[in-house]
Amino acid sequence: MSQPIRLRVNGQTHQAELEPEMPLLYFLRNDLALNGPKYGCGVRQCGACMVLLDGKAQPSCVIPVDQAQQHDIETLESFGTPDDPHPLQRAFVEEQAAQCGYCLNGAIVCAQALLAVNPAPSDTEIREALERVLCRCGTHSRIVRAVARAARTQNAD
Amino acid sequence: MPTPTRDTSPSAPDRRDFLRQSGYLAIGFSLLGLESCSGEAGATGSDGTPKQATACPPDTDRIDAWLRVHEDTTVTVLTGKIAIGQGILVALRQIAAEELDLPLDKVKIIMADTGHTPNERYTAGSASIEGSGTAIRRAAATARQQLLERAADELGAAVVDLTVTDGVIGATARGERTYGELVAGKQLTAQVFRDAPRKDPYDYRIVGQPEPRPEILGMVTGRPVDDRDGYVQDMRPPGMVHARVVRPPVYRATLQSFPADGVEALPGVRQIVRDGNFLAVVATDEYAAIRAWQMLRRQSNWEVDQSLPDPANLFNDMPGRVTNSEVVTSAPNAHSDWESATARLEALYTRPYQMHGSIGPSCALAEYRDGQLTVWTHSQGVYPLRDSLAAMLDLSADNIRVIGVRGSGCYGHNGADDVAADAARLALAEPDRPVRVQWMREDEHGWEPYGSAMRLQLRAALDGDNRIVSWVTNLWTDVHSHRPGGDAAELLTAQYLEGGPEAPTEGYLGGGYRNSQPLYRIPNLHIEAHRIEGPLRVSALRSLGAYGNIFAIESFLDELADRAGEDPVAFRLKHLDDERARAVIEEVRQQVEWPVYDAEDGRGWGFAFARYKNEAAYFAVAAEVAYDAETESLRVLRLVGAIDAGQTINPDGLRNQTEGGMIQSASWTTLEEVKWNTNGIVSLDWETYPILRFPEVPEVSVSILDRPGAPPLGAGEAAQGPTAAAIANAVFRATGTRVRDLPITAAKVVG
Repeated sequence: MSQPIRLRVNGQTHQAELEPEMPLLYFLRNDLALNGPKYGCGVRQCGACMVLLDGKAQPSCVIPVDQAQQHDIETLESFGTPDDPHPLQRAFVEEQAAQCGYCLNGAIVCAQALLAVNPAPSDTEIREALERVLCRCGTHSRIVRAVARAARTQNAD
Repeated sequence: MPTPTRDTSPSAPDRRDFLRQSGYLAIGFSLLGLESCSGEAGATGSDGTPKQATACPPDTDRIDAWLRVHEDTTVTVLTGKIAIGQGILVALRQIAAEELDLPLDKVKIIMADTGHTPNERYTAGSASIEGSGTAIRRAAATARQQLLERAADELGAAVVDLTVTDGVIGATARGERTYGELVAGKQLTAQVFRDAPRKDPYDYRIVGQPEPRPEILGMVTGRPVDDRDGYVQDMRPPGMVHARVVRPPVYRATLQSFPADGVEALPGVRQIVRDGNFLAVVATDEYAAIRAWQMLRRQSNWEVDQSLPDPANLFNDMPGRVTNSEVVTSAPNAHSDWESATARLEALYTRPYQMHGSIGPSCALAEYRDGQLTVWTHSQGVYPLRDSLAAMLDLSADNIRVIGVRGSGCYGHNGADDVAADAARLALAEPDRPVRVQWMREDEHGWEPYGSAMRLQLRAALDGDNRIVSWVTNLWTDVHSHRPGGDAAELLTAQYLEGGPEAPTEGYLGGGYRNSQPLYRIPNLHIEAHRIEGPLRVSALRSLGAYGNIFAIESFLDELADRAGEDPVAFRLKHLDDERARAVIEEVRQQVEWPVYDAEDGRGWGFAFARYKNEAAYFAVAAEVAYDAETESLRVLRLVGAIDAGQTINPDGLRNQTEGGMIQSASWTTLEEVKWNTNGIVSLDWETYPILRFPEVPEVSVSILDRPGAPPLGAGEAAQGPTAAAIANAVFRATGTRVRDLPITAAKVVG
């Protein structure tokens, strides 16, 4: 049965009648029309649905909305906009680090969580931080370069 | 029970936001200022110009099939090809902008849409630059010529005295005209002139530049920067409902019963749709559809009509299951030369079933309203899909519009057409509402058509100078294309409908022997391809049979070089006359400072080369691998490639595609194999079908050998085969183990 759920997403509080066990992903996509997090596998194997939960990258496909209530949720949309992109987003554009782009949400969200605790990661550390994200087009090396570039930019600021 | 629109105050997205963020594709067309093919004659477009009724598909002999010049001196290019992650759109815009002398940002593009664009069949076979690019270049060159003639007329000047700068045609002392002024009220509709004067490729300023793809900004911010740049997965038009399809446990099964009452009682469920063995549920929201799908899956009963065969016998059974054979190339002396040769070698290679494995499962939307069906899809072929849907649903193709929308990465014929057929069938059951279907992960893994398994038997003989004198290949494979093609029967959906067609067994065998002929100089070459009907659903996977064929040929070349006691690169060059083939090989040789015999610590380098389809891009690659005996782990450390794709349109796009092909092939080659048992497919997620993850991905680099003036060559699939063989050859150099059955796992190296 649905019940009142309060969720804090991208700095705003939302209240809705929801099935408590519904994965957060569907609320973000269908109720808030957020297109950053994407459905990929539903079993936290691919990372397409990543969001920041209290600053940590977590797969929203397996987190029930009920549990998400206690956390501060940030999606890709909170990072920046096309007019004012976040340094990570800008770095991905500068490196042209995309083919189909479907996995980029997971890559950028995981990278942000990494840079928050490790502002100057090595390539190996970047790769490890992105381990939960699958890319099928083979854009990995560009993605790693983009994250390294963003780290350099942030450190220079 | 949740209501369809939930109250998410205080910040519920307002309707304007909703349309902007999610309804873009449903409303976007009025913004284009283009008549659709079904547009009425006499009506006026949004830019005030009269609409012309256009036949659908448009006449590709006319300029306006390929591009429209607008009154603000911008141009819209129309391509029948679709963006599938390969970055084709910016390249086609570059071609048009170059030929028209317009800044790139003045050239927009619309991709595959049966309501607007030419019928270019499929976006496949690395053919978009050669096909659509050539057509657009010709149309643009003709358009430029026409505009020059109009300007000459209006300015009272000779064409030769005119200059063109950024869409402004000028004549000294006689004034100037913009393209926009010249087309006011009279669109360019003339015949495309195949020999219209084209720019000298050495004068190109836009073609050949690494122009960035504008859509990437939208991808990384989650907000498409253009109306039509979003993913089909992210479309959310007003009134949309969600559906899921319940597939049987194996291909051939009959639905006995399903829990109708229980599912219909679930909150949000609108209806169950059952048509023969096609079972689906439609719900007001996505999670309700998924819960209903889960219950249907658990509690429906299917009678298995035919289980799958034991996978253990797949390759051994192939020679006994041949339905027809084709001699690809024949040499009468190949067999007698074999008998008299000084050195002979034989080897058997195999390649398993492998999957496309898009990260985003296939998705489509369909809406049936007033007798018109509209389908939004990431299919590679909107026109063939339209005709297939017409056949499946018994509708007229004139009443169906299929619109291409970006999807998750596409590496061949995946579930895109099938999910579109699912959505179309369900739209008829839910008229007047957009129905969205996205396959679940297990549907994508279990039901997409795989790349066929192959068995490749090679033998060759060397003469006294260690030259290959004869070569015989026998290959066994299922077909490599089962695209819809206009029939209903290739659509998965159709095969399960009441009275629906059987899955066709006929298909394109040619894909199976793609690249089976070595490019090397071989006096007696004999190749036979044998078609088998394999147990699993198959169709086109990036490079089709070329992946298996090149893996075998290029592994075998190394085995022959070893037999001859010669360096494998030198051995290849010794058998190659084609200068461009030699050039990419030399480039890689220099890059890695071959020969690199570094077998210490289980590390080693391997080399391979092929020209895709023997007529498209040239590609050579070296791979470095490391085998750790202690942990029994195998890693591809580095891939160094060189590609010649003729004149390069966009070097960054070419590099990106090639890097991606190398990494994807490394994943196929070291990890991937579809597993099944008699009860069905076992590889249903990323644990049962693992692919390379970030920490294991090799470093890649690509050199481009640009050929200004040479025709551009298809490049998107060039890396698949050579990369596989380079890895196999490196594993042999590193460990002494020759692995001939893909994938090359550490377990096989241990032996």
